[in-house]
This record gives sequence, structure tokens and C-alpha cells, in this order.
Amino acid sequence: MAQMTMIQAITDAMRNELKNDEKVLVFGEDVGLNGGVFRATEGLQKEFGEERVFDTPLAESGIGGLSAGLSVTGFRSVMEIQFFGFVFETFDAIAAQMARMRYRSGGTYHAPVTIRSPFGGGVKTPELHADSLEGLMAQSPGIKVVIPSTPYDAKGLLISAIRDNDPVVFLEHMKLYRSFREEVPEEEYTLPLGKADVKREGSDITIVTYGAMVHTSLKAADELEKDGISAEVIDLRTVSPIDIDTIIESVEKTNRAIVVQEAQKQAGVAASVVAEINDRAILSLEAPVLRVTAPDTVFPFATAEDIWLPSSKDVVSRAKEVINF
Amino acid sequence: MEKTKELQQVEEQFQTFQILDEEGNVVNEEAMPELSDDELKELMTRMVYTRIWDQRAISLNRQGRLGFYAPVAGQEASMIGSQYALEKQDWILPGYRDIPQIHYHGVPLDQAFLWSRGHFKGGQMPEGVRVMMPQIIIGAQITQTAGVAMGLKKNKEDAVAITYTGDGGASQGDFYEGMNFAGAFNSPAIFVVQNNRFAISVPVEQQSAAKTIAQKAVAAGIHGVQVDGMDLLAVYAVTKEARQRGLDGNGPTLIETLTYRYGPHTMAGDDPTRYRTSEEDDEWEKKDPLVRFRKFLEDKNLWSEEDEDKVVEQAKEDIKAAIKKADSVPKQKVTDLIEIMGEELPVNLQEQMEEYKEKESK
Repeated sequence: MAQMTMIQAITDAMRNELKNDEKVLVFGEDVGLNGGVFRATEGLQKEFGEERVFDTPLAESGIGGLSAGLSVTGFRSVMEIQFFGFVFETFDAIAAQMARMRYRSGGTYHAPVTIRSPFGGGVKTPELHADSLEGLMAQSPGIKVVIPSTPYDAKGLLISAIRDNDPVVFLEHMKLYRSFREEVPEEEYTLPLGKADVKREGSDITIVTYGAMVHTSLKAADELEKDGISAEVIDLRTVSPIDIDTIIESVEKTNRAIVVQEAQKQAGVAASVVAEINDRAILSLEAPVLRVTAPDTVFPFATAEDIWLPSSKDVVSRAKEVINF
Repeated sequence: MEKTKELQQVEEQFQTFQILDEEGNVVNEEAMPELSDDELKELMTRMVYTRIWDQRAISLNRQGRLGFYAPVAGQEASMIGSQYALEKQDWILPGYRDIPQIHYHGVPLDQAFLWSRGHFKGGQMPEGVRVMMPQIIIGAQITQTAGVAMGLKKNKEDAVAITYTGDGGASQGDFYEGMNFAGAFNSPAIFVVQNNRFAISVPVEQQSAAKTIAQKAVAAGIHGVQVDGMDLLAVYAVTKEARQRGLDGNGPTLIETLTYRYGPHTMAGDDPTRYRTSEEDDEWEKKDPLVRFRKFLEDKNLWSEEDEDKVVEQAKEDIKAAIKKADSVPKQKVTDLIEIMGEELPVNLQEQMEEYKEKESK
């Protein structure tokens, strides 16, 4: 075991897979010699060579096309989009090409591609770096969307993502890259995609969340406990597909739920979670399932992040609203 | 627009390469590719076959027995000449019009018909046939070709990746990105732009102020060539050369074939008389790739009316059989479509699979 930040755990997962499978390639803008703008690929080119870990021209669509093309020649691409706000440039390559490769070919071809990309607010990045766009991806059939919130989850989920034989979008919250360390096994291990994790057990209300909001929700749960409210915090870990069973099991126990996301109310995946609960557990509900989200504006100018991003206070107040319904 | 000296100098470097003129005379003996009599006859056979296929496909589409179809008459030399320069191990990433190329690379006719109708079996490429499904997103095949070519190079295979787009497609971002990536990685790729002068109704002059599309290779720092796309021998020769360039480690090539489609853009209601003059059609019909190649072969005593009739009959027979075969393929079920979504089905699809199994059993 070693104490690792999330970024170190991510590097470790890629190192593991580069070692494990010679068909794994890691590429993107500045991921080679430079080791990535966040040091996620630090040392990988030196260890595995320029044939395996390399820089590309500055063109996200080209990077996506490269991954799709490499797939049919037997390679397993781990491509990086420097910031997920740049996904629009390569939306076709991901959502219309890789995601549909197996289907379009009736199973003849497939795209074992992992698309790694940082996102998330709270670190005062310039425009279109921090936007939460996982909802767009979650609406595209044929892709899985994974968002880890801890170093341990990040390593196990990334190894699983790379080994998955269909495309996986792996979104890394910038604020979580180095915000804390955690014990992470040095040897390889995997975590199943599509499986949520109960980060805190509780009996009065279920908080379903993902990404940086897991920590915001855990903080809120501590606050709620002071008021005698026991909150169960579920970290989705994969936002597409959603682990419905874990959520329903929890809601049937607590009879109350809120969904917390950093994305705007009209975006993200919170609405899907609410709909699933309504479909499957309405008779267990003592109150409607409410959401904590950002407002439906464009992602804020850097100095407005604090007033815009959902906070643990927002979570506490929404949870109480549900409790007192 | 007045042209600067610099621009004129660039344009002068992209003269149209030709071997056979409109009368079937060899005008560039030096560039004559080495092809045996049998190969020359095979090439003519394929062009005639494809012309008949196009006529039959249009008529089958009108009868409702085919779905989406993008006519190819006029582009036989461009399509068949370039494919013939390939080897079995080469990859083809076709656009939606490029069905003849993937057929001659190994995709059976009945499968092409299933693709036209919209059946998942149309995309199930036969094992060992290195072709991708026809690409509908104009330009996506170009960046993917950069990836396939990189993969072939990494695998140290003696093979190239070839892709096709049209004159309109050369305005897409992916067109530039794909060529530029292949150039930067020195990958064995061939990018063919079949310039048939129109992107649906928009003439090539409205796509770009560039005089040729071939010169766009300059932006990627790769070799570019403009060829008479109605001249099968010229198309074959430049593709063969581009293939060797790729295999020799000298990077990708952009080939612009100057060609024409005699028919509409697609069979989905396009009417070319709205944007093309009959004079223009007549002018290009004189350049018909079949006419000049037929003359060339007849002069060599390699082709006769009898030969041609045989091909026509064969094509008609094959198409009839292929349509029959396509008709016999079972209808698609939702469970089939769910099945091909992923190696392992995610929980939502597992659930929906059960739902539709139930529905289909009733």
C-alpha cells in the first residue's frame, strides 16, 4: 500500500496497463515528454518509449479519429482531451463514431478506447476548462461514463476502463487531483464499471452524488449528523450506466433522497436518477426526490465560482427540505 | 480576385496528370503503368459491371427494393482505378458513395444491398476483408484513416490505408486534421478526393478559392497530385505510386481525381437539373471513362462488343441473385440491435433486452 493522490493513482493505473498490454497506447496534447499538464502521464514516455506514449498535434477531433482508427488495427487507446470543455471539437469522433463502432459493424469491429479528461470547478480555471459535460456523454448510447472521487476508486476504475472493450469516458475532477491522499494498493486491482459505492451509511435520507460533490455531500452528512439526521451517501462512480440497484436499495431503507451534482440543473445526470427512483420506488418515498445543482447559466467567470458551485450548505438545506416535507 | 505571384506558383505545381485522352490515345507513354492484357480486361470488366450495377441500383431504388443509394456513374475510373492499385492487406475507409471500392475489396453485393436498405448485417464486414462501413459523417473517415495508417505502421505491416471523400468534404475540419496527423506521424495513408464538381447543389468554386484541391496537401506538408479522374490508367498509376510512397516510409499522399457524377447526388429526391446545365452534362459525357478505355482496349484488340455484352449479362444476373439473397435475410429485431451494442450489456440494456424478448415472443 502507498499513500497516493488521485493523480498519482491515475498515473499508476496507466503504468500498470502499459506494462500489462503492449497494445495500450497513451497519447494526447503534451502527454509525452512533458508528462501532461497535470503530470498525469509523468515518466510514462521515459519508461515505455515514444511508440507507446506520445504527443499529438493540437486537434481534438484528430485525436478522436486516431483512436477510432487505431482500434481496428488492434490497439487499445488511452487518449487524453486536455480539458473536457474541448470535447465539442471531438464530439463526433466519440459519440458518433467510437460509441457506434460495434453497432454499425454488427459486432465486426469495436473501439476499446478510454477517453481521459479533466473537468470540474473550484480551482479558478479560465473559460471552458471546468464545465461538467458528463450529461452529454451519458445521453450517447454505446459509451460508459466514469467519474471517480477518490484515489482508490480512480486506479481500480481506470484499469477497468482501459480493459473494457468498448469506449469509456473517464472524467477526472481537477479539484480532486491533489486535494487528499489515500491508501492505494501498489499491485493491480479492478473495480467494476457501473457499480456505485456507499461512501457513508445512513438511515434517514439517501444522497446520490458523484465527482467532487461526493466530498461536499460527505461534509454535509457530517453537518446533518449534528442535527440528528443520518444521511447515506452513494457515490455513483459510473454515471452511465447508473447503478440502479444500489440506489433503490438505499431509498427503500431511508424513504427519502436527494441527488447532488456540480452540473447545471438542466445538465448532468440528476434528472435520470430522479426518474429511476420515481419509476421503481415511489411507494417507498415519504417526500419528492429533490436536486442540488448549479444554476442554469454558463459556467461562471472564475471569481464567481464560490457563489455558483453547489456547496455543503446547499446540500444540508435541501436535505432538510426533504426531511421536513 | 487577382492572383499573386506566390499563388500562381503554387497552382502551377498541381497540373492534371493524364495518361489516356478522351479518344483513348496514350498521351503519356512514360507514365504507362505495367498491366497485363488480362488485368486491362479485368479493369474494363469492372467498369462496365459497375455502370450496370449503378443503373440497376437506381431502378431498384425507384421500385423501393433498395434504400439509400448514392449514384456512381461517371466515377468508375476514379473508384475502380484506385482500388485496383491496392493489395488485400490494405484498409479502405469509404464514404457513402464508395461502395464499388469495398465491393472489389471483398464485400459481396448482397451485403452492399443490405447496407443500402438499412440492415445491421450490411455492416458486418466479412472476415479478413479490410474495409470499414461506408461513412456518413463527411470527414470522419479522414481522421480515422490517419489512425488506421498509424496502426499499420506500428504493426510493421506491408499495407496502407486509403480513404475517399468528395470536393465538398475537403472543406471539413476533419479533412485537414486527418491529412495533417498522417503527415506529422509519417503514416502510410492515401487520401482521395473525388472532385465531381458538386456537393449536392453547391459547385466546387463555392467551397474554396483554391484552384485545386490537390494543393491542400501543402497545408499538411505532404505530397499532393491532381489526376484526370475519368482516366482509369492515370488514377491507377498515381494510386500505385502513392501506395509505394507510404510503404517506403515517405508518408501520405493526397490525390484529387477530377470526375463527374452523371446522376443525382443521391436517390433521396435530388434533382441535378436545378443546379447543372445540360451543356455541362454533355461536356462531361464526352469524357466518359468507359468510352475512352473501351477505345484504348479495342485498339489493342482486347475488347469486343461480345465481351461487353457478356459482362452486362453477368452483372444483371449477379444483381438479381444478390437482391434475392438480401430479401432472404431475416428481419431485424430490437433484441438484435441491443445485442450488438457492447461486449457486455450495461444494466439498462440488460433490462430492455428482457422487455423486448417478451414483446417479440408474443
